[in-house]
Amino acid sequence: MSIGQTFLGLLESGPRHGYDLKKTYDDRFGHARPLHYGQVYATLSRLLKDGLVELDGVEPGEGPERKRYAVTSAGVSDVELWLASAEKPEPYLQNTLYTKVILALLTGRSAADLLDVQRAEHLRLMRELTRRKAGGDLADNLVCDHALFHLDADLRWLELTAARLDDLRRQVRA
Amino acid sequence: MSVGRGRASASRDVLLGMRFAFAGGRDGWTRTVLTAVGVGIGVALLLLAAAVPGALQARQERTAARSDLRLGEQIPAAADTMLVAQADTLFRHTPVHGRLLHPEGPRAPIPPGLTAVPRPGEVVVSPALRELLDSPDGRLFAPRLDGARVTGTIRQEGLSGPGELAFYRGVDALPADEVTRLRTFGDSPSSEGLGTVLTILVVIIIVVLLLPIAVFLAAAVRFGSESRDRRMAALRLIGADRRMTRLMAAGETMAGACLGLVVGGVLFLVGRQVAPMVSLWDISVYASDVRPSLPLVAVIVLAVPAMSVAVSVIALRGVAIEPLGVTRRATPPRRRLWWRLVLPGIGLALLVPLVGGLPETMGGVVQYQVAAGAVLLLIGAVTVLPWVIELVVRPLGGGPVGWQLAVRRLQLDSAMSARLVNGIAVAVAGAIALQMLFAAAQKESTVQTRQDPSRAQAQIRTHDPASAGLIAVRLRATPGVTRATETLVGGVSAEPHAGAAGQDPVFALLQVGDCAALAEYAALGSCAGGDVFIARATPVDPAAQEAIRPGATVTVGEGGPRWKVPGDARQVPARKDPSGVYQDVILATPGAIDARAMPRLIANTFVSVDPGDPDAMERVRNVVAQLDPVGTVATLAASETVGRFDGIRRGLYVGVMVTLLLIGASMLVGTVEQLRDRRRLLAMLVAVGTRRSALSWSVLWQTFIPVMIGIVLAVVFGLGLGVALLRMVSVPVSIDWAAVAISAGIGAAVVLLVTASSLPTLWRLTRPEGLRME
Amino acid sequence: MTGQPLLEADGLHKAFGPTKALDGASIAIRAGEIVAIMGPSGSGKSTLLHCLAGIVRPDSGHVRYQGAEISALSDGERSALRRTQFGFVFQFGQLVPELTCLENIALPLRMEGVRRREAEARAAEWLDRLDLADVGRKRPGEVSGGQGQRVAVARALVTRPRAVFADEPTGALDSLNGERVMRLLTEAARETGAAVVLVTHEARVAGYSDREIVVRDGRTRDIAREMEGAL
Repeated sequence: MSIGQTFLGLLESGPRHGYDLKKTYDDRFGHARPLHYGQVYATLSRLLKDGLVELDGVEPGEGPERKRYAVTSAGVSDVELWLASAEKPEPYLQNTLYTKVILALLTGRSAADLLDVQRAEHLRLMRELTRRKAGGDLADNLVCDHALFHLDADLRWLELTAARLDDLRRQVRA
Repeated sequence: MSVGRGRASASRDVLLGMRFAFAGGRDGWTRTVLTAVGVGIGVALLLLAAAVPGALQARQERTAARSDLRLGEQIPAAADTMLVAQADTLFRHTPVHGRLLHPEGPRAPIPPGLTAVPRPGEVVVSPALRELLDSPDGRLFAPRLDGARVTGTIRQEGLSGPGELAFYRGVDALPADEVTRLRTFGDSPSSEGLGTVLTILVVIIIVVLLLPIAVFLAAAVRFGSESRDRRMAALRLIGADRRMTRLMAAGETMAGACLGLVVGGVLFLVGRQVAPMVSLWDISVYASDVRPSLPLVAVIVLAVPAMSVAVSVIALRGVAIEPLGVTRRATPPRRRLWWRLVLPGIGLALLVPLVGGLPETMGGVVQYQVAAGAVLLLIGAVTVLPWVIELVVRPLGGGPVGWQLAVRRLQLDSAMSARLVNGIAVAVAGAIALQMLFAAAQKESTVQTRQDPSRAQAQIRTHDPASAGLIAVRLRATPGVTRATETLVGGVSAEPHAGAAGQDPVFALLQVGDCAALAEYAALGSCAGGDVFIARATPVDPAAQEAIRPGATVTVGEGGPRWKVPGDARQVPARKDPSGVYQDVILATPGAIDARAMPRLIANTFVSVDPGDPDAMERVRNVVAQLDPVGTVATLAASETVGRFDGIRRGLYVGVMVTLLLIGASMLVGTVEQLRDRRRLLAMLVAVGTRRSALSWSVLWQTFIPVMIGIVLAVVFGLGLGVALLRMVSVPVSIDWAAVAISAGIGAAVVLLVTASSLPTLWRLTRPEGLRME
Repeated sequence: MTGQPLLEADGLHKAFGPTKALDGASIAIRAGEIVAIMGPSGSGKSTLLHCLAGIVRPDSGHVRYQGAEISALSDGERSALRRTQFGFVFQFGQLVPELTCLENIALPLRMEGVRRREAEARAAEWLDRLDLADVGRKRPGEVSGGQGQRVAVARALVTRPRAVFADEPTGALDSLNGERVMRLLTEAARETGAAVVLVTHEARVAGYSDREIVVRDGRTRDIAREMEGAL
């Protein structure tokens, strides 16, 4: 995920401190992986250098956390450009699940078994996400759904592949 | 698109629809066959109705052709004359047409249906009589033919129908008094036409029986229309427009209707062959008599497919066949009352002017007026019914689950039920009106005979002098006869008292018999051989009292011997005889007078039979026929009804029953179809634990509510029409509640029958396995 | 969790003609738990549900509800059991089209002999609970698919059953409506303590369950337990 553009977007609603930005980011998008402070200030100084943000004011005292940042008009265009351009779809071509399935095929193991075990694991996570949705706000819901749909897609792919492979095996045997 | 191409594509769509009728898989076939059978039954009935007048006409022509009644001057005996005597009798309750023939020369006329006149000792019989003679019952009838040998069979042209019992027997002599001399058969004046009341009856009967058939036909062509509509929706999805679906529906219906015509024709032909085996009210018809007139056949052949197409196209108006499915109009157009009242209103307007009484002779216009009025009034029941059903059903609610399901279903779509119930309403309304008319006519034509069947069950009159005095003796020896009293009857005339000139002679009956026989005519007191009594009826006729008294001299018969009433003859009060006659009569025991000297002697015998012996009366008839072939046996009854109404009444009931069964059948088809349409829902309801009884009740209520509304409406319209008809023929209005109850009962029976017959389907469809058929 | 299961099936076999729908399926459902039955189409999921609910009699094997053998009951007794102890939600077409939604919800109560007024009052509470307040007087044909399924959920729960059987309850719905139906169904089931047997082929729907049982070729597999055992 592009942290720079995300910061620019967050700053559109008004100038903020670096600390605020990190906190908001973590709340909304961070979830399992909060940002490090170093990452935050490295990003902000890059944006400052590119003229996409400017210092809005410095509070008296020491340390980087005293600086307030505001988005520039170049920064706003940059966010717009980013939102308007399509993301390159992730190809998911090289992941472990895929490798496992191929391996199962090569070694003559049942793809269905693999599916059942993997589904149990996927469902454990999906249940957790579903429960979290029940308690969470809209943003929480959206993020959980995102994950749920991806997990769902994994399982569907596995199901289809398992059915295909089992068919194939049956054909080969016949 | 040019007109020419439009027409071509239209016919292509119609043809496509016809193909669907036969190529729609099992469901399509079922639907087509149902329609064809339904239409076929209707067509067969229509053909039958169209054939009835012809059949009756043919029958009447044949009976006229063999008629031997001859009015007017006697013709002299010649080589081309035939002496005919009536020997009609009854077997059980069936009349037997019997004739004794004595040709007076070689060119004597031969009765129709015979190849030669039977010689003395020979008899020619109808096939039905021959069958009877060959059956175990034959010995109960054979004696009446006096041992004559059966030498031939009467052909069709000599019989009123195949079931008629008839014989022509050759004899070598006939008593001159009881014969007709003929030069040709069938020379009698034609019988008079039907009277006013009967004409109305016939017109209304036809209306009452044909209207429900029309309603039934309309329902039959819509069998399976719901699944057809769904198929049409699928065709819309692949690009058929509304017009095309309509044309295809028309084609499909037409195919079913045409097949129905064929089925109807076959049913009719088969039924025609069965016709001779059926004998209703002593009327039987030959298969070849059952021949509908060509114009009527043409009308049926053209009208049935046309009507079926019209019905299916009109039915489609209330349905929107969209590519994604069939939607009934969400809010069906609210039923308006006014136009529904127009038709019965016109009908009433036509009938009301006639209410004062009909003219003696039915002019053509009046006939049509009555028919049109009755038809419109009855159709009124059809048009008002949907409105009434909706009115009654709308506020309904509450009640158990089955009731709620039925009521809600009716509230959503009562049109289908109304359509089916229409036929019942018309049939019942017509039946009630006719029953009222019949009941009134029956009352009018029931005569109190004053006969006393408790004293004797039959009166026998014979003219043969040879057997006179033997009748009672022979009858008493006959098994089953409990009592027989015979008198020889003659007339006497007496000069008025003092021979006063200018006064007419006084006539009285003279009965000669033993004391027991004479006791039937007067309270004799003591009686012994040689006694003579003068029985006096009150009020006393002074002239008779003067002229006929003990010691008076009277003339026996016309110009017969003179006889002096003994001076010791006792005057006793007369008594009503078993046949109801009450008059002055001279009663003499055989010792007092030689009865055989009396001219034109009639032997009169009263017979009592064992009521537990059904064959006793047949034996009595046999004895009489043997003693005097032209003698008559009249059974005595306290009242006598003109029987033809019985026949029509029973015929009407049969017709109404058949009609209601037909409608019941179409209701059954409708109900089963509806159940099949809802099989998933039914399986689901049972899966969630709904009792089957609740579902059964809902089927029952769904049929019961509209039928009962229909019957109530039918009673109202029927009574209305009945009252109008009664007033028309100037008969006091009385309501035949029994007929109302019977009609309503039949309707209720139809409901039960339909429900009971649809339950197996319901149970089959509600097996939980139904859930799998998703 | 120990103790007697609410509903238990053991070694079920069921064939429809030559097709084996169940070939030794077993399952145990405890009171109040939500169990998803998953598996590919034609694996026998629905048949297993029908057997558990006493709709279909297995050819062999046992189904016990609260320890009592269901297969031994007569058709009438099983109907009564379904009416009083169970609730049902199917994919579609389960509402009586000529009754209003309120009357549809009240139907199971009415079949139990509850008076109309009271039955409809209780049904009306469920209308509110499932955000259906404005559809009570409408007929099923006049409401959306999601609303119709929520009416079905209300109808399944109105008798406060011990178990609700749901066969692809969201199968005909989009994700948003499906989710809403699932959330309302599971929440209401948890509140009333009803167990839910949920047949679905969608993992996201199964996400609302406590655990899943997989049916494959007519046989059941409890993967979670197998994995526990392996550890």
